[in-house]
Amino acid sequence: MINLASRDILHGWGKFVFTGIGLGLLIGVTLTMAGVYRGMVDDARVLIENAGADLWVVQQDTLGPYAEPSSVHDDVAKDLLSLPGVVEAGNVTYLTMQVSHERKEIRVMLVGYEAGKPGEPAYMVAGRPITRPHYEALADIKTGLALGDRISIRRHEYTVVGLTRRMVSSGGDPMIFIPLKDAQEVQFLKDNDALLNERARTAANPAFNRPGVPGLLEAIQASQTSSRFVNAILVRTAPGMEESVAAQVERWKHLQAYSKNQMDEILVARLIATSSKQIFMFLVILAIVSAAIVAFIIYTMTLNKVREIAVLKLIGATNRTISAMILQQALGLGLIGFLVGKFSATLWAPLFPKYVLLLPGDAVQGFVLVMLMCSVASVFAIRAALRIDPATAIGG
Amino acid sequence: MTGLKIKMLVIGTAVLGAFAWVVLTQGPLAPVKVTVEKIQVGTLANGVFGIGTVRARHGFNLAPTMTSRVKRVLVDQGDTVVTGQVLAEMDPVDLDEKFTGSERVVQKTANAILAAEAQTSEAESRLKTIAATLARYEELRGRGFVSQEMYDTKLHEKNAAVSALAAASANLATAREEHARAQADMRGIGKARAQTRLISPANGVVVVRLAEPGSTVVGGQVVLQVVDPKSLWIETRVAQHQAGQVRVGQEAEVVLRSRPHAQLAGKVARVDMVSDAVTEERIVNVAVAAVDASIGEYAEVTFKLPQLNDTRSVPTAAVKRIDRQTGVWVLQDGQVVFKPVKVGVTTMEGRTQILDGLDNDESVIVYSQQPLRAGIKVRVVAELVRG
Repeated sequence: MINLASRDILHGWGKFVFTGIGLGLLIGVTLTMAGVYRGMVDDARVLIENAGADLWVVQQDTLGPYAEPSSVHDDVAKDLLSLPGVVEAGNVTYLTMQVSHERKEIRVMLVGYEAGKPGEPAYMVAGRPITRPHYEALADIKTGLALGDRISIRRHEYTVVGLTRRMVSSGGDPMIFIPLKDAQEVQFLKDNDALLNERARTAANPAFNRPGVPGLLEAIQASQTSSRFVNAILVRTAPGMEESVAAQVERWKHLQAYSKNQMDEILVARLIATSSKQIFMFLVILAIVSAAIVAFIIYTMTLNKVREIAVLKLIGATNRTISAMILQQALGLGLIGFLVGKFSATLWAPLFPKYVLLLPGDAVQGFVLVMLMCSVASVFAIRAALRIDPATAIGG
Repeated sequence: MTGLKIKMLVIGTAVLGAFAWVVLTQGPLAPVKVTVEKIQVGTLANGVFGIGTVRARHGFNLAPTMTSRVKRVLVDQGDTVVTGQVLAEMDPVDLDEKFTGSERVVQKTANAILAAEAQTSEAESRLKTIAATLARYEELRGRGFVSQEMYDTKLHEKNAAVSALAAASANLATAREEHARAQADMRGIGKARAQTRLISPANGVVVVRLAEPGSTVVGGQVVLQVVDPKSLWIETRVAQHQAGQVRVGQEAEVVLRSRPHAQLAGKVARVDMVSDAVTEERIVNVAVAAVDASIGEYAEVTFKLPQLNDTRSVPTAAVKRIDRQTGVWVLQDGQVVFKPVKVGVTTMEGRTQILDGLDNDESVIVYSQQPLRAGIKVRVVAELVRG
């Protein structure tokens, strides 16, 4: 017995394949959108993973360094080391800002960290870690910077000595890592104009510029230009000690401590919640639209073949044969569509400026959904086909 | 089987093959690209980096000792001055008049001494006369020519003359003391007067002029700063964890911010005994031969440490710390394995000395596209980023 479906496809294979490719591109867009959504959540998760910490210690009653501003004295890290269960503690600062390189502005998240402590990037793709205590930087490859590039951040020039990958903020901005002391200066010490301005303001204040006390003004101005604050302290604890350490920090140190899960909750469920829901809604609508288009294509494809089906009925083809033909064609279309979609999504995903994460699980789900959709769509087509009067084969 | 079917089969297989290739090499299922390197044996040139500011080793702050108004400032920034030169003068207010007054008092007390001396000599003379008279009366009394009463009167006169002489001598001593005191007062006022002048304590250059004539400064408030330009050095801050190997006499390269492309040769002149406990930095002073730099200028200093010969090393980027354990990821028969190692020094060029835990022929993973974990699928490439 010959396969009616393949015969029919071969009869007008060009039309069939192009319909499949068109459908495939649509599925590709849907898969990419799923990737964009996953990438967004992954950006937030990777930020937590890259910190390499079990606990985030931040200013009391704030939501940590990523979702809310927080500042903590930098010597608290040493206090924390004395708590039972704390293994390592490292100061970090985070600041989203523009840095300039060859008159090009790059939006980055500037991270200040202490070498050898939590907060250091765990892996690199080129160059070396920072070895000088000042004015060296590690840049994410998404910044477009290369080894040896000099970037100016506020009042100093930094040399890029190493490149990292997938080091991004929750908003997807690539990270630049610099030594903590420099980062504290960047964060709290402004540009030269602001410094001069601040000095003049202090000098104009009679309380600080008293005639009988030489040196007072200079001392105050010196104290204004040094910073002893960081945004968070990353803490590694002994296994299973997170909760007890967090309780001690909150009770005795009057700071806030968040575990990995809490941080995940803050970032994914609060910080990026609205924007990720936005993308998710778009994904849902796109999926529905794709499904509708698949259904319409299969339906119209069947209606175009009214005469042929009528002839088949005339020569005695059973309903089963006709249904099988339409179902097989629909599934074939879905298969081509999925292959093309997955193919295109995989190829164009790396071109996106922000991270697009294509999960194999999503692809499998997508495949099942596409096939299911095609089957459901073919039901309507089959019903239409079975209702065709064989007489139309002869009539006008 | 028809030709058409074969064609369809070939095309189908090709499409599926291409699809599988794309999925397995481009997407999330692709192996992690890594680069590997073997241990290098050779010379490690190490150094320590610090930042500093240009300072003068010998600087002098010139300030009046008491609150006063600036009368004259005789020098400006950049002027060369010599030891003993008067650089500025405070308004002495009434010190000149006080000095004249004290001169007069000295004169007066000198005169008082003369008067007291005259009184003394008068008293001496009177005593001499009365003593002679008494001696005569004594003789006359012995013969009975004068009455006892007359004799007693003369005796009393003599005693009174002795007392008068003593009083005159005391007056003279007092007058001399007064004179000495007046002279001391005069010298004191003269010194106070001299204090209103700011005098250069050394040969040098005036670097700061902080007060202008007419302004009032309190005691100790700096008016001028003089430094010895030959004693300029770089006060360098070196992180405490790197400062242990810095010694006096070591060579250093200095780059001044005003001349970023010129390297100056320097030498460690002094390693301060007190380090900054807040910033955890040690102060290392580096002398440079001839600095044409402004005081307070920013400088970058690289100290050269002794070279390590025949040293095994790997790129620092390969050294990881996992669960408080320092180690490297190595590729053993295509498997990724974490090997704990003992590391020595880390150079500024990014090489880390390997002391133990790694054989020379092992492939150490340096760069990776993702964090590594044991057993992950990897593919070795020459480089991850085209440089």
